[in-house]
Amino acid sequence: MKKVLALFLVSIFLVTGCQTIPKDALTLSPESLAERQMQTRKYETKDEAKILAACAGLLQDMGFNIDESETKMGLITSSKMRSAENAGQIAGAILIALLGGGATPVDKEQKMRACVVTRPTGEQESYVAVRVTFQRIVWNTQGHVTKSESIIDPSVYQEFFDKLSKAIFLEGQEI
Amino acid sequence: MKRKFSLILIVSVFFFTGCATTQQRLLDSESSQVQLRSIQTRAFDTTDKEKTLRTVMSTLQDLGFVLDKADATLGTVSATKLKGYALRMTVTVRPRGETQLLVRANAQYNVRPVTDPEPYQQFFTSLEKAMFLTAHQAD
Repeated sequence: MKKVLALFLVSIFLVTGCQTIPKDALTLSPESLAERQMQTRKYETKDEAKILAACAGLLQDMGFNIDESETKMGLITSSKMRSAENAGQIAGAILIALLGGGATPVDKEQKMRACVVTRPTGEQESYVAVRVTFQRIVWNTQGHVTKSESIIDPSVYQEFFDKLSKAIFLEGQEI
Repeated sequence: MKRKFSLILIVSVFFFTGCATTQQRLLDSESSQVQLRSIQTRAFDTTDKEKTLRTVMSTLQDLGFVLDKADATLGTVSATKLKGYALRMTVTVRPRGETQLLVRANAQYNVRPVTDPEPYQQFFTSLEKAMFLTAHQAD
């Protein structure tokens, strides 16, 4: 009976919880500049298409599939599905089940998206700026979305650009 | 007792969601076409469509969006922001007369259209700043 009551309350919140857009959803946050710097690197070349091709190759190296691309605008979007299981959560669920708490849903799978945007920059447009952004959606064993977020981890971006520099080199050597 | 609660639950679901028909939801007929356009559209004194589109893309990235697709010929950009919610935006750029470009944005927040003027105003304020920056760099 408590379950039904909880369900009832939740349903009221879901239906009437008036999903208005958060006030800061479309304003530049104080972190946005730092995030832009973290997600951007410049390469000294005028060949934007070459950089974009290197990014496509790198995304493939990382197991992403290209969803959309528009060379004229310097855009590639890609995604991949991966497991979202993590040991801690599963151990917790087992513990709860052992204590008689029933089955607890745990994170099961996630869709990870990567988007690369290139842009000529500098005085004579002699640089190409590459900005990459990642986000993910996590579903649990009941098929509900448990997380939907941007990935803001500096080490992720560091590794991406380390690999991109390598990819640009490799492609320059036609490997 | 349990049955009573289930009944309340079912009735409440019907009560809260049973107001809009599929046609109204499909065509968003309750909103005013003219008003919506004025809220969602701004003109910029430039004719460089590609540069404007690229500025739109970088502004969306600054706002935490990840781009979904872009089409230079049609002049559209779509992007999604995930932050515990899903905010999806499409921005179109098209010429207006000889000297201006019209930028139009529309957004959906989870399962609702965004019809308030304020979020759009905020978006265009961010875009204005970036357009200004871009103009400076070109000088």
